[in-house]
Amino acid sequence: MSTTAPDNRLVAETSEGAQEMVDRALESATERLRELGAVLRLSEAEAAELGEQDPGDDQTMIMNMGPQHPSTHGVLRLMLELEGETVLRTKPIIGYLHTGMEKTGEDLTYLQGPTNVTRMDYASPLFSELAFSLTTEKLLGIEVPPRAVWIRMLMSELNRLSSHLLFMATNGMDLGAVSMMIYGWREREETLRILEKITGLRMNHNYIRPGGVAADLPDGWRDDVLRLLDLIPPRLDEYDTLMTGQPIWRERLQGVGVITTEECLALGTTGPILRSTGYAWDLRRDLPYLAYDEVDFDVVVGTYGDCFDRYAIRLNEIRESIRIIHQILDKMPLGDYRIQDKKVTPPPRARIDESMEALIHHFKIFTEGFKVPEGEAYVAVESPRGELGCYIVSDGTSKPYRMHIRGPSFVNLQTLPHMMRGGLLADAVAIISSVDPIMGEVDR
Amino acid sequence: MDPLFNDGVDLAIVLIVVFKVVLTFAFLMVAVMFMVWFERKLISDMQNRIGPNRAGPWGLLQTLADGIKLFFKEDSKPDQADLTVFKLAPYLSLVPAFLTFAIVPVAGNFMDGGDGTIELFGHTTYAQLADPPIGILLALAMSSVAVYGVMLAGWSSGSKYPLLGSVRASAQMVSYEAALGLSVATIVLLAGSLSTHTIVSEQTNYQWNLWAAGFVPFVLFLIAATAELNRPPFDLVEAEQELVGGFHTEYSSIRFALFFLAEFMNTVTMSAIIVTLFFGGPAGPILVGPEWLWPPIWFFTKLGVFLFVFVWFRATLPRFRYDQLMDLGWKLLIPLALGWLLLIGAFRIARDQDWNLALVLAIAVVVLLVAASLLNGAIAAARRRREETETEAFS
Repeated sequence: MSTTAPDNRLVAETSEGAQEMVDRALESATERLRELGAVLRLSEAEAAELGEQDPGDDQTMIMNMGPQHPSTHGVLRLMLELEGETVLRTKPIIGYLHTGMEKTGEDLTYLQGPTNVTRMDYASPLFSELAFSLTTEKLLGIEVPPRAVWIRMLMSELNRLSSHLLFMATNGMDLGAVSMMIYGWREREETLRILEKITGLRMNHNYIRPGGVAADLPDGWRDDVLRLLDLIPPRLDEYDTLMTGQPIWRERLQGVGVITTEECLALGTTGPILRSTGYAWDLRRDLPYLAYDEVDFDVVVGTYGDCFDRYAIRLNEIRESIRIIHQILDKMPLGDYRIQDKKVTPPPRARIDESMEALIHHFKIFTEGFKVPEGEAYVAVESPRGELGCYIVSDGTSKPYRMHIRGPSFVNLQTLPHMMRGGLLADAVAIISSVDPIMGEVDR
Repeated sequence: MDPLFNDGVDLAIVLIVVFKVVLTFAFLMVAVMFMVWFERKLISDMQNRIGPNRAGPWGLLQTLADGIKLFFKEDSKPDQADLTVFKLAPYLSLVPAFLTFAIVPVAGNFMDGGDGTIELFGHTTYAQLADPPIGILLALAMSSVAVYGVMLAGWSSGSKYPLLGSVRASAQMVSYEAALGLSVATIVLLAGSLSTHTIVSEQTNYQWNLWAAGFVPFVLFLIAATAELNRPPFDLVEAEQELVGGFHTEYSSIRFALFFLAEFMNTVTMSAIIVTLFFGGPAGPILVGPEWLWPPIWFFTKLGVFLFVFVWFRATLPRFRYDQLMDLGWKLLIPLALGWLLLIGAFRIARDQDWNLALVLAIAVVVLLVAASLLNGAIAAARRRREETETEAFS
């Protein structure tokens, strides 16, 4: 009994307001508009019209979907207001996977940073590592050797493959094509096998680090990658047979979850969702990083901004990635895989036995870490889900003062209320699937 | 009438009937066990997996193991549930699944004027549990009763996901029953009898209803049956990705197992009904050996083909959406079934009255085309109107 008072105080101090969706009558007008999916700034007339659509509470049912639900991709929780099976309002509730990784990043050195950020987007971990490393390098003002750059590109594209294949799997599964789930995973596994051979781990690689990559490519990597590149395209054609031309599949996806370019831009949405509206925005081409300006590839765009476009874009981005990887194989330079800067790169193991200086550097780098000049930097990369940015404020010590990741999943999640309005419950599942959120990245 | 009862009923006859009941029951239980294993194994093959392979040879006893596990699990009952109905519902699903199989002839020689009887302990009888005069209507009636099982299960769970599942179930099963019934009516028209035994014996010597009725009723029946069974791509009632488990979300332990049993039993039964109605039941050539041996072999071969088809559907097709399902049922299957029924009827009359068949065909096609275009027009108009209201509501 006596514990109620402190509990309430705790709630009042930490709560960011009610998370649950409540009846229309109790909802503030702004919140209701948000849940209705009002994306753009509305004129007063439009707002009034939106506000007037009140079917009455006795006709609607508020349903809780998640955090434990088979198709909310982890622990996303959605509160839906349903009229029959039609979705009227949606409220995504996040935070169930919050592990404080951004805050943890402030207690880890820059060298430890990738270990931390790689766990955010667990379907495409190398991109978080890449964004973090690029930002750190920008603060340090160093340039990594060409081979490191190309290895990073190779890894990014392989990872994009595995991530999009995972999307194929989950998208199929969410629409009831259960075999697709296994097929997608099967091909993803082949990709992960290569990633494992190169980095040592299937996920959470901690491979791309400030100053280069953790290790050079192993013997026989080229053959493995070539084998993968031969393997995947026929499988993609199988996907086409199984799903793309399938009438039920098209019926389920076409015209579902439509969003326009303006709405995407207003919400800050990037990646396949933005491209599905016909807006060709791809950081690899528009703000080239690494050596993407030296490879030839197409930015795949859609027309209608519906779920089918998003599916087709991802399918074709796999093909584009394969094209890029072929070029990377041709152009992969020789040389160092990490920068030869004693202050940033740990010395090779053999040198430690011979050189006192190397031992000191090794000790300093792994205990204290290297110091990064004061300043702040933001670098964004095109992750499979959209613009993945890393913002670091450095106070001149060996740990970031503040580290923030702009997770595309988090931003893209905002489109849900808008896209779901007026659809059926089954459409809601298709839409969540086509947004392809990774909750680790949403909650960070 | 079953010739078993021709000379009145004595103790031996009763015992034979009891024997047949036990045999049918045992067969169904084993069939379900096999079906679950078959489905899991086959779908594993289609998905590059191995599937059950631990319990028994090739994992054959996996179903038994699962059944025992489910039996000993905690039987949880939701607080909000209407307990009486909650407990009743699984049986409402299960019993019809059992009963339907009673009318399926599984053996007996129907070829070359064979009357489809077998000898059982010195008595001549049909190789089916019962041959009631209402015959195939029993199957339709039982599948209607099975709707109650699903509907009440969802409703009584006192939870929102099952409720949605049961709403879907009642709407889906009721509307597909219409298409199912209409395509059955075509067959009844051809056979001139409701009795399944007569329907099978009318198809003797490869006069299968599959071609006798002109394929369309078969296709309609197959689609409607899939929907009636709640199997993919029509498994909206369960729709794991949308409704978690649909109507059986709140069920656990043996009650869940009963639903599971009923579902797979329905699959077996419905395949058997398809074989009976369209593929001449147990009819097939007697190759070598005794005469009584081959009909069951043919029957189970044909049955196996449809079980395979149902698993194949599940492995390849994405799920329909609720409104698309309704559209398919009401706007395509039912009008088509109705039109085909009229067409078959017209042909029967034309044959009986010696009318000019070509003329009848021409008139029928014209009438059906006009009807189809009228229907299309109506559907298009309705859609336009709906889209207008929707744009108003959601702009």
